[in-house]
Amino acid sequence: MKRLILTLLLVLGLAPICFAQNEFNATALRLGGSFGEQAEAVEKLGLSGDPRALPLLQALADGKLARMPDGALRIGDADALTGAPADATGASPVRINNRVRAALRSALGRLQIVSPDPAERLRAADGILRSRSAQDLPLLDAALARETVPRIRERLVLAQGAARLASDDEAMKRAGIESLGASGSEAARTVLLEARTGNAGLAEAIDAAVARIDRQLAFRRAGELLFQGLSLGSVLLLAALGLAVTFGVMGVINMAHGEFVMLGAYTTFLVQEALRGTFLAPWALPLAVPAAFLVTAVLGAALERGLIRHLYGRPLETLLMTFGVGMMLQQAVRLIFGAQNREVSSPAWMQGTLMLPGEISVTQNRLWIIVFGIAVLLLVMAAIRFTRFGLEMRAVVQNRRIAATMGIRTGRVDALTFAFGSGIAGMAGVALSQIDNVSPNLGTGYIVDSFMVVVFGGVGSLAGTLIGALTLGVFNKLLEPYTGVVLAKVAVLVGIMLFIQRRPKGLFALKGRAADQ
Amino acid sequence: MPGISSLRFNLRLLLVALIFVLLLLPPLLNALPAGHPLRVSDFVVAVTGKWICYAILALSIDLAWGYAGILSLGHGAFFALGGYAMGMHLMRNIGDRGVYGHPILPDFMVFLGYKELPWYWLGFEYFPFAMLMALLVPGALAGLVGWLAFRSRITGVYLSIITQAMTYALMLAFFRNDMGFGGNNGFTDFKDLLGVPLNTPSARTGLYLAAFGALLITLLISAHVVQSKFGRLLIAIRDAESRVRFLGYDVTAFKLFVFVLSAMMAGLAGALYVPLVGIINPGEFSPGNSIEAVVWVAFGGRGTLIGAILGAFSVNALKTWLTSFAPDLWLLVLGALFIVVTLFLPRGLIGLIKRRGA
Repeated sequence: MKRLILTLLLVLGLAPICFAQNEFNATALRLGGSFGEQAEAVEKLGLSGDPRALPLLQALADGKLARMPDGALRIGDADALTGAPADATGASPVRINNRVRAALRSALGRLQIVSPDPAERLRAADGILRSRSAQDLPLLDAALARETVPRIRERLVLAQGAARLASDDEAMKRAGIESLGASGSEAARTVLLEARTGNAGLAEAIDAAVARIDRQLAFRRAGELLFQGLSLGSVLLLAALGLAVTFGVMGVINMAHGEFVMLGAYTTFLVQEALRGTFLAPWALPLAVPAAFLVTAVLGAALERGLIRHLYGRPLETLLMTFGVGMMLQQAVRLIFGAQNREVSSPAWMQGTLMLPGEISVTQNRLWIIVFGIAVLLLVMAAIRFTRFGLEMRAVVQNRRIAATMGIRTGRVDALTFAFGSGIAGMAGVALSQIDNVSPNLGTGYIVDSFMVVVFGGVGSLAGTLIGALTLGVFNKLLEPYTGVVLAKVAVLVGIMLFIQRRPKGLFALKGRAADQ
Repeated sequence: MPGISSLRFNLRLLLVALIFVLLLLPPLLNALPAGHPLRVSDFVVAVTGKWICYAILALSIDLAWGYAGILSLGHGAFFALGGYAMGMHLMRNIGDRGVYGHPILPDFMVFLGYKELPWYWLGFEYFPFAMLMALLVPGALAGLVGWLAFRSRITGVYLSIITQAMTYALMLAFFRNDMGFGGNNGFTDFKDLLGVPLNTPSARTGLYLAAFGALLITLLISAHVVQSKFGRLLIAIRDAESRVRFLGYDVTAFKLFVFVLSAMMAGLAGALYVPLVGIINPGEFSPGNSIEAVVWVAFGGRGTLIGAILGAFSVNALKTWLTSFAPDLWLLVLGALFIVVTLFLPRGLIGLIKRRGA
């Protein structure tokens, strides 16, 4: 027991509570008195917020508190107040009645606020918030001075504001309104609106505080929506970048693109399983990026050399054929890995949420995906612009026969370009494994959207793909609060079709092989 | 040259006659007394009836793709819309025999707390109105999408992707409960059509014969269209759209007409399909269904009409046979079929037969 008290004191940094030693002892000793005295002492200790009171009251509630004939209190073989070993012969258990029990319940609930367990503190703060009594103010002030966990602090501030509002003092009430208004939370808004009926004189101040909260909430919501939109946009960007190369640059329509994304996600799963237990395990995700690129690039090269090559100049047949390939890949994965979702875990540095200024909370993994999407885009742009391979690729797209006469092996460039686009799809799969279910039909959900992005942004233009992806992502998320997820998607699809009416040439300005007609 | 073409034509006619005679067999053999060695089960009649509806869908795709070069990956949507129109009529026919016993509202509406029938359900209690809607709604949608697409000269794979997006969007929309179409459960538990209970042999035979007749009529209409001057123009558009445009033809109008006609045929197929299988749900809108139907046409041989019908029957027969003992393999086989058809059988089964004949 002594150790427990000591740890408590250590944890709480010797609680800066102005509850003098003598007063504490005097109050505590009254726990052994009459029922009336007991109830009073319990209530007082409960409001004190003194960590030492917690074990005492707990012992009383459990019937473990005993009273010596001289009035001293014992818990087991120790002094109840100091925790020092002491003789307990002749001690009789302290009895309590229902009134004391009720007082104990509320006091213990309040005292959880000094518990070392954050979950218990949060529960206690919620309990105090519900009671909305000005009596709790000293307790809350003390707890706020100690508390470091943001979530609990938020609760405590709320409870403090509510308790201030419940006081009889006008200035105190105004302080409560002020602090609630500043907190900017939905719950504070509710508390304020509730208090409005009982405080006609303060209605103006309360309305101003509510309006302030509404502004904050609106700002935060807009910020979060924008972030969600960018996040969705970066996902679309990743999924569409590979298509922008195979479809946009080469003019080859690959309906199995979504399945390459799915294979990238499964490669991530396999890399994670292979490294499980080794020292490399925390780095499974970064290592999966090149692995996924290689797997899907090799598959892409095989697909191009083996099948697609024979269908150049026949886009509709290519579409059907690659759809069949996608179907086979999907079913093969389903037969090998099963239809259920596979678990890909996030490394620690990708978990949790980050608070941006203005209390806009963003999830870390989504933030990383945005960064990753931009990185892949820059990589692709650099590869096309600055490498030998990129130069040959552009040459073949512009004029195949001249390129061939210059000694470029066009067939090899075709295969490499297609492999490159497929590899990007695989890398997108690594990112998607973090936010979506890794299942055989992972890719199906993205294929239509990806084509929309490429078509919307302008076929053959990487910058267009970026703009298209971000625009679609943000629009989707901005519409969602009004229309719901599904209708937002439908609205965006309809919007694209109408947009194509206005800018058919701009968006379908084909360069390269598909521009034959 | 005329000799060869007439020979081909006769071969095709022979094939058509053979198919239609064979199609009359299931209901006839089903009518034989039980225990007769040649009697076929009710299941065979039901499945063949379903295939006939698929054949009409395939025919409609062939008309647009094989002749006008419009590869729609969203014909399943027209099929499903026709099915939903018929489904709405069948739901209204249930009357107060539903689980909740409401005299007007279908069960799912009672369950979702509807107070009255949504306006777009009005009129569906009348069979002719429902049939008309099964044709007009897909036709109107095709008209709208086609008008938007063709006037912007969206062709080839772009059109394919847009039609796929169309059926995908419709699927998402129909999955919603508040659309008033039963959400992801769709419509089922139908009772009767035109006063005949659906679970009787006579209803089954009647529906089968209706589908049979519809296939014959749509084939005749399609044949008439493609053999007319209009049909020649469609082929010209397919092979050199710009040239036809520069010759002064209104390509947009031609394509729009054939696209709408094709969508209405698909809607008719859907309307016949729903009472046969007894259920319609948003799964019918899934892009996979549409593209599978395209493969029936490709496998049979596109641009031949009869090839589409042949393809629908043969691929679905393969599917029914294979899924009965190795359902896991079906998607692998179907995927392989896509590859084989595009790489090795560009003219489909009909092409094979013709090569033999020549």
